[in-house]
Amino acid sequence: MNKMKELWKRVTGFSLLFPLVCLVIVLVVNLIKTPDFFKISMNNGVLYGYVIDILNRSSELIILAVGMTLVVAASGGTDISVGAVSAVAGAVCIYSLIGGASSSVYRIPYVLAIVLGILAGTACGAFNGFLVAKLHIQPMVATLILFTAGRGMAQVLTQGFILYVRKESFKFLGNFLPGVPIPTPIFIATIVVVLTFLILKKTSLGLYIQSVGVNRKASRLVGLNSSLIIFLAYVFSGFCAGIAGMIITSRVYSIDANNAGLNIELDAILAVAIGGNSLGGGKFSLAGSVIGAITIQALTTSLYAMKVTADQLPVYKAVVVIIIVALQSPIVKRWMKNIKQKLASSRNGKKVEA
Amino acid sequence: MRHITKTFPGVKALSNVDFTLRAGEIHALMGENGAGKSTLIKVLTGVEEMETGEIYLEGIDHPIINRSPQEAQAIGISTVYQEINLCPNLSVAENIYIGREPKKFGRIDWKTMNKKSSELLKNLNIMIDVTKPLSNFSVAIQQMVAIARAVDISSKVLILDEPTSSLDEQEVEKLFFVMRKLKESGIGIIFVTHFLEQVYKISDRITVLRNGCLVGEYETEKLPSVELVELMIGKEIEDLAKLSKEENDEENNEKKEIVIDAKGLGHTGTIHPFDLKIHKGEVIGLSGLLGSGRSELARAIYGADKPDQGELYFKEKKLQINTPLDALKSGMAYLPENRKEEGIIEDLSVRENIIIALQARRGMFKVISRKEQEEFADKFIDLLQIKTSSRDVPVKQLSGGNQQKVILGRWLLTNPDFLILDEPTRGIDVGTKTEIQKLVLKFSEEGKTILFISSEIDEMLRVCNKIAVLRDRKKVSELKGDQLSQSNIMKAIAGGDTKDE
Repeated sequence: MNKMKELWKRVTGFSLLFPLVCLVIVLVVNLIKTPDFFKISMNNGVLYGYVIDILNRSSELIILAVGMTLVVAASGGTDISVGAVSAVAGAVCIYSLIGGASSSVYRIPYVLAIVLGILAGTACGAFNGFLVAKLHIQPMVATLILFTAGRGMAQVLTQGFILYVRKESFKFLGNFLPGVPIPTPIFIATIVVVLTFLILKKTSLGLYIQSVGVNRKASRLVGLNSSLIIFLAYVFSGFCAGIAGMIITSRVYSIDANNAGLNIELDAILAVAIGGNSLGGGKFSLAGSVIGAITIQALTTSLYAMKVTADQLPVYKAVVVIIIVALQSPIVKRWMKNIKQKLASSRNGKKVEA
Repeated sequence: MRHITKTFPGVKALSNVDFTLRAGEIHALMGENGAGKSTLIKVLTGVEEMETGEIYLEGIDHPIINRSPQEAQAIGISTVYQEINLCPNLSVAENIYIGREPKKFGRIDWKTMNKKSSELLKNLNIMIDVTKPLSNFSVAIQQMVAIARAVDISSKVLILDEPTSSLDEQEVEKLFFVMRKLKESGIGIIFVTHFLEQVYKISDRITVLRNGCLVGEYETEKLPSVELVELMIGKEIEDLAKLSKEENDEENNEKKEIVIDAKGLGHTGTIHPFDLKIHKGEVIGLSGLLGSGRSELARAIYGADKPDQGELYFKEKKLQINTPLDALKSGMAYLPENRKEEGIIEDLSVRENIIIALQARRGMFKVISRKEQEEFADKFIDLLQIKTSSRDVPVKQLSGGNQQKVILGRWLLTNPDFLILDEPTRGIDVGTKTEIQKLVLKFSEEGKTILFISSEIDEMLRVCNKIAVLRDRKKVSELKGDQLSQSNIMKAIAGGDTKDE
């Protein structure tokens, strides 16, 4: 009995429990509504199925959520420019690759274009980081600049056109590598998550970020360079946005400066929140954010599977998100605790009577 | 106010305090931090509820109870706080009449409002354009606008909570002029401040609080400043075990290595340039009233406020300190005064709080392994007897005294040569206090040099070999050996005739 209790306590004390439960609930509802939800089939040498689709589609979101998590943890603010920055990165990549018109000829090596695109994203991150860490501008306001200007910058490169890359190799990154049945974005997202996790684990950066996020003043007095750490978090977020931009453009083998990564920053912030991370900064869980990102995509995909049209989708999504976020609020948690205690005490009361 | 009692969880903030304010007087309310001044005012203005006691106000024949500042204002008690609670982007006139604008046909009557504001301020000898935004004017003027507003709303009792802390001398003069003017018109003013000089300049009567108890009410003229300091700081009853302080031979000490040698070190706005020599193994105390520059001196040495003048020699080598990390790397440690804001990193675990400074010194890539971290944490939990259920609970769950020990452990882990302890015993229980004092003596025996700051003179006398006294952000004297006595320190704090060294 006691062992059971202890186990129960450990399970409920596990910080990732709630995000995981949310994900499981979304999946179970799917299973009921769409019986072949978990079916995976092989077609033309690649895997198909809702689950594969969810993982594939959530790749960009996972990558952005990883960067966002560090930004939130270190600065207690959000980077709302990541969607626009990924468009900038995409535009830089494609423009340097094929120039200002749709084409099927590479001007420079593909890999170099990718590096340039990611560098552009990183530079945008450094700009944000400078504004927030050095000039002490509120994160929301600082990143608002690129949120609005970023797409404009991308438009300057594309001159208002949608530039297509009509070459098969450009599609590898966002679709499939020849002979590999699993979509490439899943690999990229996995690599980003694992590398970030290793960096945080193998250096003390994770501890520094949390410390600065919890108490910037105290962190300074123990010898941490708070500004540098916050700056690095934004640079990393820009780097992640750059990678996401590469995937987004490769998926559609084109850059549409107006629509690439549109509104994805909001989903990234949401992923961090659903993952159980406080948007006030400090302690964070990378795994939580990843689960959050998958949950959001699972929700989107399953709503499509239930034949909800794209224009109605946000309404249903909003309802579910409200429920998930409300359940995690401290006030609702306290209510639940009170109810539990009342139940427990009434049960004990009965026992005494008996 | 009669027999006011107020308890907060764990502490009695006010116990059985009486306070009387007469019409047309300026009454200074004095006491060190935690004496209960602000609590008394909060009870009076309805911000906090009192537990027992009664408040009487002239013209009302029954005890009054204020449940909110609005209720207090309605019966004639208004307050102007240290931070100005006005809207900087609204005009002066708007600020004075916000919430009660004169109206004509249901619309704001701007003409009347501006005219009335102008007159109101003219009465206080302030000639400004009331249609300009408040932020155009100096802090002093803003403060007076706040006072004008408060007095215009209700005018029996005016409470000024540290109004002068951000004003320069001329501005203080202006404020005093306004206060005298209000006094003549029959308003009773409660004046809360830390500045002794100002109290003697303006107040008629002084009430002193200490540790939530009333010490007494005195007429300003009949109370010399040394006595006032004594009343505020108190001669604490010997509830702590007397600690045996090893009497360091003065000459012996002088021969030892000089650890800290500050020459004209200063930080504009917080501490005037000072000279300070500290020898190895010494415990030097910094004494002075709140705001005298005690902490600021320590912060200048540690680089928490980067000094902008003078030189610092550490172990006879010139040291350029730009950030706390520089100080940390050269072997200093600083336990800040404000544990909550600058000390603990509340969401992190006890273990992480202990190792963070060492980790910061080692740098990002030399990670202290989990196993080592646990060893370090356990060592200091054991050594300092930190009461915690585990090394992995968030430090915010610990009591104040134990949090303080965690921070102490954090610094001891870096094995510093020079340790700054700023109010290490504030707000913690008597037992822990004695423990920390004992530890300080132990460190000094081990050859560590310590800078000790405390508001309690008793405590300082117990642990320090030498005490430097500060007043008005200046280091005014240094006492050592036989000169170390309660009365000498108090004289120096109050600015009596002490020989400067």
